[in-house]
Amino acid sequence: MSLRLAYYPGCTLKTNARNYEISALASSKALGIELIELPRWNCCGTVHALAKDDVMHYIAPVRNLIRVEQLKSSGLVDGERLVTLCEMCYNTLKRADIGVKEDQERRRKLREVMEEEPPYGGGGVEVIHLLQLIREVGWERVKKRVVRPLKGLRVAPYYGCLLLRPRGLGIDDANNPTIFERLIESLGAEVVGIPFKAKCCGSYQTVHMGHVASELSYRILRQAVEGKADVITLACPLCEYNLGERQGEIRGLFPDLKYIPVLYFTQLIALAFGLEDSVGLEMNNPDPRPLLRMKGFLREA
Amino acid sequence: MALGVSRQYYKHGAENISFKARVEELSGQNINLCYQCGACSSGCPLSKEMDLLPSKVIRLVQLGRDDPLSSRTIWVCSTCFECEVRCPRGIDIASVMEALRQIMLRRKYSDVKLESIDPEKLRSLPQIALISNLRKLMA
Ligand code: SF4
Ligand code: SF4
Repeated sequence: MSLRLAYYPGCTLKTNARNYEISALASSKALGIELIELPRWNCCGTVHALAKDDVMHYIAPVRNLIRVEQLKSSGLVDGERLVTLCEMCYNTLKRADIGVKEDQERRRKLREVMEEEPPYGGGGVEVIHLLQLIREVGWERVKKRVVRPLKGLRVAPYYGCLLLRPRGLGIDDANNPTIFERLIESLGAEVVGIPFKAKCCGSYQTVHMGHVASELSYRILRQAVEGKADVITLACPLCEYNLGERQGEIRGLFPDLKYIPVLYFTQLIALAFGLEDSVGLEMNNPDPRPLLRMKGFLREA
Repeated sequence: MALGVSRQYYKHGAENISFKARVEELSGQNINLCYQCGACSSGCPLSKEMDLLPSKVIRLVQLGRDDPLSSRTIWVCSTCFECEVRCPRGIDIASVMEALRQIMLRRKYSDVKLESIDPEKLRSLPQIALISNLRKLMA
């Protein structure tokens, strides 16, 4: 019997990061977790409104949280946990949930402006990230499911910001996170530690301050290359865009940089689990397939 | 000039008090807690691009000075919370940056102009980049 849990994809998982979603759904299933997509979900807003008097920017994330309660009462999921993949969705939904539950005045105002929805705030919805769920399932179970150990693959984990910070919200120790390392080892791969594994990649400044994002991302990429990593792994579509998609642009500024493929952690899991049709590697840029074929983790094309 | 600046420091008028109170209210932070250790500035990945270091922003707000409102710093900050986990006094500096941005945004100032972004780039950017950027710097 698999565990059925509510799942919030978020916008980018349906477009640029489809490879993240495909591989996450397949890997979860292989671990006995069925992710049930939230009905009628909407954009969470991507970033949490930090201003204390903000109510408006709570509406979008809270609407999604209400959907979780509804899905639960329809009996289609076991419990009221909401699984997220994108780091920014995780952070935004989690903070909205806390912000509503701890502030009665905000709850009251939200009820006024969301009169068409049932009130939110009393229930037991818990926002979690897939990595947390996998840790809970257990590294031993992950190891047991591996059919193609990623032996000899050198992987540099990159955490980004919003899985670890701010205080009290991180899924792991903000100063010394190890959850990615444990996963990589469980898949049979080798960990390459980089000092900047939790330093910002430039985030949304990539839109209008491209050179700044390039410089920050370059420092991260260079550390991985210097550590002789084969690939970088991460959990956020915005980090992926900055570190992966933009490598061509970064190399324009820093020609010494060698290309290094960037994979979502779920793609590594799917590979090791032998779910070759659900890895979505054709969407990654730079293309990791030649390297993975050479190392024997992919069938010849 | 130097004299003028320092006189401004010590003249703690009503406007200084209300500015500081406004920032504290919007950010939910007690600015007085800062003892200028500089941990926030040393950890900030974007400090190189800033005209005022994060610790300096906090100091100026402590003094009730609104100079940070016209700084680049508040728009350069990427809300990465590196400073927040480092501050030994428990101040969420990222929220202070947001409060300062909000004061400007509510005065109808916005740092990003959509027209200034290359249409080609606009098409290639993932939603996550665009929405977060516009939410932080325009809304
Ligand atoms: S949140 Fe802003 S000020 Fe703080 S470390 Fe990050 S970029 Fe610097
Ligand atoms: S880390 Fe905290 S106490 Fe130290 S200078 Fe920054 S705001 Fe002040």
